[in-house]
Amino acid sequence: MNAAQDGARDVVLRLDRITKRFGKLVANDAVSLTLQRGEVVALLGENGAGKTTLMNILFGHYVADEGTVEAFGEPLPPGHPRAALAAGIGMVHQHFTLADNLTVTENILLGTVPLWRMRLDLTRAKARIAQLSRDFGLSVHADAKVGALTVGERQRVEILKALYRDARILILDEPTAVLTPQETEALFETLRKAVGLGLSIVFISHKLHEVMAISDRCLVLRHGKLVGEADTHQTDRHALASMMVGAEIVPPDVSPARPGLAILKLSGVTTPDHGAAPGLKSVTMDLRAGQITGLAGVSGNGQAALSDLISGVIVPQEGTLCLGGEERKAWTPRRAVHSGIARIPEDRHHTGTIADFDLTENTILETYMDPPISRWGWMNWGAAEKRARDVIEAYDVRCPGPSARIRLLSGGNMQKLILGRVLEQDPEVILANQPVRGLDIGAITYVHNRLLAARDAGAAILLISEDLDEIIQLSDVIHVISEGRLSPEFSRGSRTPAELGLWMAGQGFGEAIDAA
Amino acid sequence: MMEVLDILLSASFWAAAVRIASPLIFATMGEIICERAGVLNLGIEGIMVIGAFAGWMAVYVGAPLWFGVAVAMGAGMLFGLLHATLTVPFGLSQHVVGLGVTLLATSTSYFAYRLMLPEVSSPPKIAPFQPYEIPLLSDVPLIGPALFAQTPMTYAAFLLAGLVAFTLYRTPLGLALRSVGENPAAAAAQGLSVTGLRMGAVIVGSGLMAVGGAFLTLSAFSSFFFEMVNGRGWICIALVVFGAWKPGKAVLGALLYAAFDAFQIRLQQTPIGAVVPYQFFLMMPFILSILALIAMSRRAEVPAALMVAFNRGER
Repeated sequence: MNAAQDGARDVVLRLDRITKRFGKLVANDAVSLTLQRGEVVALLGENGAGKTTLMNILFGHYVADEGTVEAFGEPLPPGHPRAALAAGIGMVHQHFTLADNLTVTENILLGTVPLWRMRLDLTRAKARIAQLSRDFGLSVHADAKVGALTVGERQRVEILKALYRDARILILDEPTAVLTPQETEALFETLRKAVGLGLSIVFISHKLHEVMAISDRCLVLRHGKLVGEADTHQTDRHALASMMVGAEIVPPDVSPARPGLAILKLSGVTTPDHGAAPGLKSVTMDLRAGQITGLAGVSGNGQAALSDLISGVIVPQEGTLCLGGEERKAWTPRRAVHSGIARIPEDRHHTGTIADFDLTENTILETYMDPPISRWGWMNWGAAEKRARDVIEAYDVRCPGPSARIRLLSGGNMQKLILGRVLEQDPEVILANQPVRGLDIGAITYVHNRLLAARDAGAAILLISEDLDEIIQLSDVIHVISEGRLSPEFSRGSRTPAELGLWMAGQGFGEAIDAA
Repeated sequence: MMEVLDILLSASFWAAAVRIASPLIFATMGEIICERAGVLNLGIEGIMVIGAFAGWMAVYVGAPLWFGVAVAMGAGMLFGLLHATLTVPFGLSQHVVGLGVTLLATSTSYFAYRLMLPEVSSPPKIAPFQPYEIPLLSDVPLIGPALFAQTPMTYAAFLLAGLVAFTLYRTPLGLALRSVGENPAAAAAQGLSVTGLRMGAVIVGSGLMAVGGAFLTLSAFSSFFFEMVNGRGWICIALVVFGAWKPGKAVLGALLYAAFDAFQIRLQQTPIGAVVPYQFFLMMPFILSILALIAMSRRAEVPAALMVAFNRGER
């Protein structure tokens, strides 16, 4: 704190010409970085740019092929997380490294006490955790098992873990990817407190508005190389975005829609609640051809039920569905696919793909029963591989080839494969559930343009997203969902974001029902 | 029904239950240590055989009894080292390696036994551990003879269970062990050596399994013969699940199984045994164990990283 006030900004961390190769891939190419006391440096880059690799080298998870790391003026031996911890470096990983069946206190204590000591002093540890929680504004329940915590709480535990070890340098890898806007704001509050107490922070992200909000300085990585550096206060989102992608970013050009007939109709559909997640409450909606229908709402308000219903996974208690003029009670997932419903699932890792299947197998997951992929119960792998190659080619899926396991792909490339898989079938209805979550700018623009092209080709699209900006930008008509209830249909531009926000908070539904 | 009551009220029945439970407790504690660290050790059956053989052999050639226990433990740790090396740093399938270790350890024991005693028809005997009556406590009716007139190895088994429970829940080492079984990446991120902890757990755990085997030759039967372990190792695998990976509950499970076993032996000698085929009695402890397992293990928390190999720096 004093040092910062004196203006004696000293370097706490220095990475010097780090190079790391994975086979032929150069993940980091002579990347250098310095971090000063009390500073927040943002490390920006698209998925696969090498941000996480660089931080894993710093933290000793990987050993660099070339280059050195220095913390507080001392060289750090490569390949030893323990040395990095001892040097005061704390890392909050993107995928949390917490043990679900252990308590918060146990997770935090792990590795901080010499192994051969006879006792664990939980009381003192809890007092210290409580103190840190107060200092940094990180409220946690010390005796709760981590498995029972929300994502936001787990992240607080991760940060406490680092602070408990007296970390002076915090590295946060995509910390906001899983947080709600409110949780993100609370995290930033914590980080500001930490900086105030003299900590230094490396903030890895590809979300520009967050980088602008929290950082002092930005470094931009692209394809493993450091391509730019800027003082945050003297740059803007547009310039950073161009630097990240290496080209000017052109937002999708949304032309007016030419809506056609309603292809999919829901009338008075009610579905059962699923634990804490509400089902649909007498929902009526029309999805028209050549139109994007946006569904805005806070996560967990019935979006999952609606998406499962259209996918054919659940059956309504009441109400009817109507697809292409044919009235039905429900349909199976296979029937949905055959009826021309394309599904882009919310969780591409768990329901969208099978991680250890290769790209060919993942490409034909929905069509393997149909010619030419299979005939009379025999697979035609030649045709399957050709289908995969076509999708890889047409949708610019960056991958080693159709026989690579899909788990090796970045999120953006995985999503492109899923897009290709469903769009190649010329669907009549597209269910796009959070289609760009976790993707970088380049991939987001790509997905949005593909959806718009599908709309113009006559598909009826339901776009579900928690990102209101995305909904407003792309949707021709908007519904808001709250506790399973659906708002009336709003045409493009007829409601301000603030008005939609009120609907999202559950206001207005009473009157609408009275009016009906 | 009077016969059943007679059995349940006899001190010898309870003493037998505690005695039968002892080797199971040793081996189950060993397996709990392995599995809590994330490694399934199906070598348990064979490691019990090698423990029974090595311990007995050492004593047969003239070593003191406790030295025999140490030899058994050492032999078990050696096979534990084999299992750990193949499953932890090399990350091979824990099932396959475990069954291989069982086959290897069993046949090694039988082979060595035949090499050293080629021409015996009836297995030679040693002088085993004798019961040690704890003064005063052993005079309490019913539980006195059951609990406090046992051999020193039985006392050691119960002390061991307490020690394992204390270590797992009250020491930094135990926390580290549990964490590598729950989320090795979390442990590695905290600077712990996942490989070291897991190997250590498997080696020590295997040593304890071998002591369980040695109980059979040094404390119960006083000689070594083929098929003497007779599936006890597999029972211990079930007991770990039954006990939800907790030492205390596992001891209860071992006692319960042992009580069924002691009970069926005695029931065979009653008039009921004259009517019901004896195979039914032999089945009893297993059937009751399965029922208890179903009832108990519903909500058990399996170590999340059990049977998951861990490689640092893998993408």
